[in-house]
Amino acid sequence: MKIKSHKLDNSVSLPAAVLINLILILFCAACILPFIFVMIISFTAEESIRQIGYSFTPIEWSLDAYRYVLELGDQLWRSYANSFIVTILGTFFSVLMVMMYSYALFRKDFKFRGFFTFFCFFTMLFGGGLAPTYIVCKNLLGLSDNYAALIVPGLLNPFNVIIMRTFFQTSVPDSLIEAAAIDGSGEYNTLFRIIVPIAKPGIATVSLLTALGYWNEWFIAMLYIRDAKYIPLQYLLMKMQNQVDFLVKNSAMIGAEAANIMSNLPKDSLRMALVVLIVIPIACAYPFFQRYIISGLTIGSVKG
Amino acid sequence: MSKVKTGGAASVQKKRSQGFTGTKKTLALLSMTLPGVIWLILLRYLPMFGIVLAFKDYRVYTKKPGVINNVLHSDWVGLKNFKFIFATSDAAVMIRNTICYNLVFILLGMVLAVSFAIMLNEVRSKLLAKSYQTLMFFPYFLSWVVASYFVLAFLDPTDGLIVHLQKAAGADVINWYNDPKPWPFLLVLANLWKNTGYSTILYLAAITGIDMTQYEAARIDGATKWQQIKYVTIPNLRSMIIILFIMNVGKIFNADFGLFYSVPMNSGPLYPATQVIDTYVYNALMATSNIGMSTAAGLLQNVVGFICVMTANSIVRRIDDDSSLF
Repeated sequence: MKIKSHKLDNSVSLPAAVLINLILILFCAACILPFIFVMIISFTAEESIRQIGYSFTPIEWSLDAYRYVLELGDQLWRSYANSFIVTILGTFFSVLMVMMYSYALFRKDFKFRGFFTFFCFFTMLFGGGLAPTYIVCKNLLGLSDNYAALIVPGLLNPFNVIIMRTFFQTSVPDSLIEAAAIDGSGEYNTLFRIIVPIAKPGIATVSLLTALGYWNEWFIAMLYIRDAKYIPLQYLLMKMQNQVDFLVKNSAMIGAEAANIMSNLPKDSLRMALVVLIVIPIACAYPFFQRYIISGLTIGSVKG
Repeated sequence: MSKVKTGGAASVQKKRSQGFTGTKKTLALLSMTLPGVIWLILLRYLPMFGIVLAFKDYRVYTKKPGVINNVLHSDWVGLKNFKFIFATSDAAVMIRNTICYNLVFILLGMVLAVSFAIMLNEVRSKLLAKSYQTLMFFPYFLSWVVASYFVLAFLDPTDGLIVHLQKAAGADVINWYNDPKPWPFLLVLANLWKNTGYSTILYLAAITGIDMTQYEAARIDGATKWQQIKYVTIPNLRSMIIILFIMNVGKIFNADFGLFYSVPMNSGPLYPATQVIDTYVYNALMATSNIGMSTAAGLLQNVVGFICVMTANSIVRRIDDDSSLF
């Protein structure tokens, strides 16, 4: 290709290229090293931690942390399941809602387009604040200690409406809508049969951003969840910042058995093992879907 | 806008039935907005009425408890809640922290991201460039809770890597979670760690969009690489940089709650360095259950934030109409 040869011509000098690569390698290393470090700690024997603390080169390796995770995993598996349920249900309903709302805003011939655009985007600029929202959700809407409390507060993000509407605008020609209308296609039919297949990349983008949001959410749980039954993974980890034994307290074991486990618990490596278990699904998946996220964020970065 | 309407004479026949199909269409579209509208009313507009709590002393109405009764029967206290916030040094500290941290984040983040994006654009190997991108994007996908454990691995008072290195070197060991002094530096570092990769990729997308002929022309005129960056790349990025800058300054009163709450583990002794408006609002609500003061601080944040965003937006609109938010 022509451009390629030109590009080669215009390359930086060799020393500059080496320097650039060196800087980038250092920065990339800084980005992932903490995770590798945490992973090493999770495989470190408690005795090694007692002697030399957390180290990239532990004296002794061990699978104890993961063994304990398996053994007293009641709370952990429940939280894992909670996170999955909330992410899947939340993403489904959220994307459906965002898609329908954005489609109405996208239609230039929608009579109340201006009003509903304002109605949605105004909430990005002004709101009641945390305390009133908390009181309304908890006491008026009953969002407390149930799955709805974890799902409902994140359902509609105006930011996603912007992204979705922009995708519609760039991928769906007006003539298509007109043609569908002439053929007697109803609005729901037009949206789900004609528009959705065209706007798939946009829907994928918004779905991924929403799913990521639900998976990483802990603040909502911190506000509305007290019952250990509904605690999602991220909040479990948050709780263990201060109460390392939270996992044990909420496992099925009681009495002497629990006391025994508690005293032998590899507390440090156990917490780090949990971090690893949370990050692994994301670390494995994101290289494949980052393309969509980037396209969404490029739209969103300038708008909002 | 007018593209739809200039259909021409072909639509004369359609006109007769337009009245009916028009209403039907509007109704269908209205029904599509309905779930969103209900959500917005319940979770965004209803709480706005709760702003009155900033001027009230919220008490549970014992005769007939219930949110609405509680609100209605709580005493009006005027600006007492606001006075309380400003009576202590809390207000000055959290406002200073919120603004200063955000300014540093915006400026440093921008300089770093633009530099990295320019460097990344010079990497010729596709595989390498892709790998760098993927690796530096990683922190963006993690929550602050996870990141707080990364920090803990280094700073844990008994086992942390840095703490142990300090001990080995015979230096005085400080408890990092009790001493606010290093935290401004740590928080800036944490924020850059998490967000720089992401903004780098955004800028890179803009750089790759620049017309190659501009570089070619510059090269024919004998421009060096530095000159190309200075006279082609940067000018092409200028409007994006300015717009993102102004938009971010517009949000200067909103702090990243997770960074300031989770990473320092909400440690009390660190508040002078870590307390921002968002954490204050949360702590007033959940730790001390002072709903009035929490609402008041939140209202203050929202009003000032609103003014900032509106100002920012009107400036952006003057520079580049397409980029303004509304």
